[in-house]
Amino acid sequence: MSAAAALSALPGRKSILAPPSKAADTAFYALTFAMAITVLALVLIVGVELFRGAQASIHSFGWRFFVGANWDPVNNDFGALPFIAGTAVSSILGTAIALPLSLATAIFLTELAPAWARQPVSTLVEMLASIPSVILGLWGIYVMVPWLHDALFPLLKRYFGFLPIFQGPIGGGYCMLSAAMIIAIMIVPIITSIAREVFRAVPDSQRDAAYALGATHWEATRLAVLNASTRGIFGAAMLGLARALGETMAVTMVIGNRPGFSASLFAPGSTLASTIANEFVEAVSDLHLSALFELGLALLLVTIVINLLARLLLGALGRKTRLGL
Amino acid sequence: MNDLHHQWRKAKNWIVSGLCFACALMVLLPLGLVVFHLIRMGASSIDWAFLTQLPNRAGEPGGGMANAIVGSLILISLAAAIGIPVGVLGGIYLAEYASDRRRASIRFAADLLNGTPSIVWGIVVYALVVRPMKGASAYAGGLALALIIIPLVIRTTEEILQLVPNGHREAALALGIPKWKGIVFIVLKTARQGILSGALLACSRVAGETAPLLFTAAGNDSWSRKLSEPIASLPRQIYDFAIGPYDDWHRQAWAGALILMMVALAINVTVRILMRGSSLPSGQMTQM
Repeated sequence: MSAAAALSALPGRKSILAPPSKAADTAFYALTFAMAITVLALVLIVGVELFRGAQASIHSFGWRFFVGANWDPVNNDFGALPFIAGTAVSSILGTAIALPLSLATAIFLTELAPAWARQPVSTLVEMLASIPSVILGLWGIYVMVPWLHDALFPLLKRYFGFLPIFQGPIGGGYCMLSAAMIIAIMIVPIITSIAREVFRAVPDSQRDAAYALGATHWEATRLAVLNASTRGIFGAAMLGLARALGETMAVTMVIGNRPGFSASLFAPGSTLASTIANEFVEAVSDLHLSALFELGLALLLVTIVINLLARLLLGALGRKTRLGL
Repeated sequence: MNDLHHQWRKAKNWIVSGLCFACALMVLLPLGLVVFHLIRMGASSIDWAFLTQLPNRAGEPGGGMANAIVGSLILISLAAAIGIPVGVLGGIYLAEYASDRRRASIRFAADLLNGTPSIVWGIVVYALVVRPMKGASAYAGGLALALIIIPLVIRTTEEILQLVPNGHREAALALGIPKWKGIVFIVLKTARQGILSGALLACSRVAGETAPLLFTAAGNDSWSRKLSEPIASLPRQIYDFAIGPYDDWHRQAWAGALILMMVALAINVTVRILMRGSSLPSGQMTQM
């Protein structure tokens, strides 16, 4: 008698050895599969809905939409160039401010800080990421912008006023540069976390090799860590940029919301996201609404491209950090 | 000469170290300043009236944000009720069933969605729900937040389930337990703290979202009686009051922001406590 048969001969044991019903398994599989598939469906829905909403605008303006400089809801003439430029300037500038700070912080965290300080400091940096955008915007309006307006901007104007970007009237302080500063604050935590992961991925033997050659701490960091991380650093910057592009609330609150071009960073501006936030509810015509949909579509496509670029550069690095940030 | 060069290298080392330290301080400065100003400007305004009263008519001082606080709770509950089950089940599929190819493509899609600017969700839900229903509603706002939660929770759940040792699954199968029971009662049970943390973090993230609510939940100066009516939310109220013209609004915006910030911090700390001793460092967890 086989063991199984012996077991099943025991009273009350039959149910365990009876082949389990396949139906429940299949049902559970189908349920989880359906839920996972919603993600693919969502990607489609987002694309289709934005495209459908933008249809009227795409029909009316074609490619002119992206090169037209005139945004005139009253006369139903829409060109997105001022917002594209505003988004590009504010987010690239914000990333440029955030990048060196983040890299230095990441170097501090992986290479310099004593072991006991690393975890608390990284925790604090992560806390910075958990501040909701609207709170940062509130703080921007009542604390940061007045300070920039009274202290930093006059200094920049006095000492770097020969540069066109620091010329022109300072106005109320609600401007491109304020937006870039608030963006920088928002993306520093992401770039820092990714850079930390990138630096940590450099094997210690590389650092040891540099030390063995008589390198100082900084030389070892530069030669062994930074040189090996160029790609990862670009990836981190791209990821920060992708976040910066879509930032809405805080930027809307400090950028001044006026479409137009100005070489001066002290001039107010507007971005794709801030324009959508400001005008969507009060869209004056169907074409206006459709043009706003197209702004959203453009924003989505640019964000996706930059995100993909970051993914390509980072590979498996920064996987954890990337999730959801 | 050589000695001088040596000195210079050493000096450079100290200079750069000092700079890095200074940069780390500068990065943390905004956090300190934001918390400082929130407490200084907001703490004195949080009182019983603020928590229990409706906003007064524009320009009249006094009143509170009771409807916005309740509205936010309703929106987050709706979002969690839709987003968390979908996310957790989807994550189960990715970790337990999916073939490598399917896993890669669904993950890719989830990452794309995670990178989507939150204002885009507002537009999409406007087209999907608000336009057909001819008006903003709590449903629409909850859905917009749920759509942000889903890809987040799918990915965190998947990551955490992958930390469950395969031995657990094999032991369950060896006992003849159906696969789904093994997953629900053994794998999920082992990973429940991590999954809960992921879900909590996703909720705390959407709790602070304003952009997707602008055209979906809109706002409401009073209580919403039905979920099909526009509904107030804390972030939206903070935004409106912050950019509004009245000093008393600004005061209340700070108070509301302090409450929102405390909620976000409380969830963060809870997650850290939950994840203590887990094999996934809490630092990474909060970033997920």
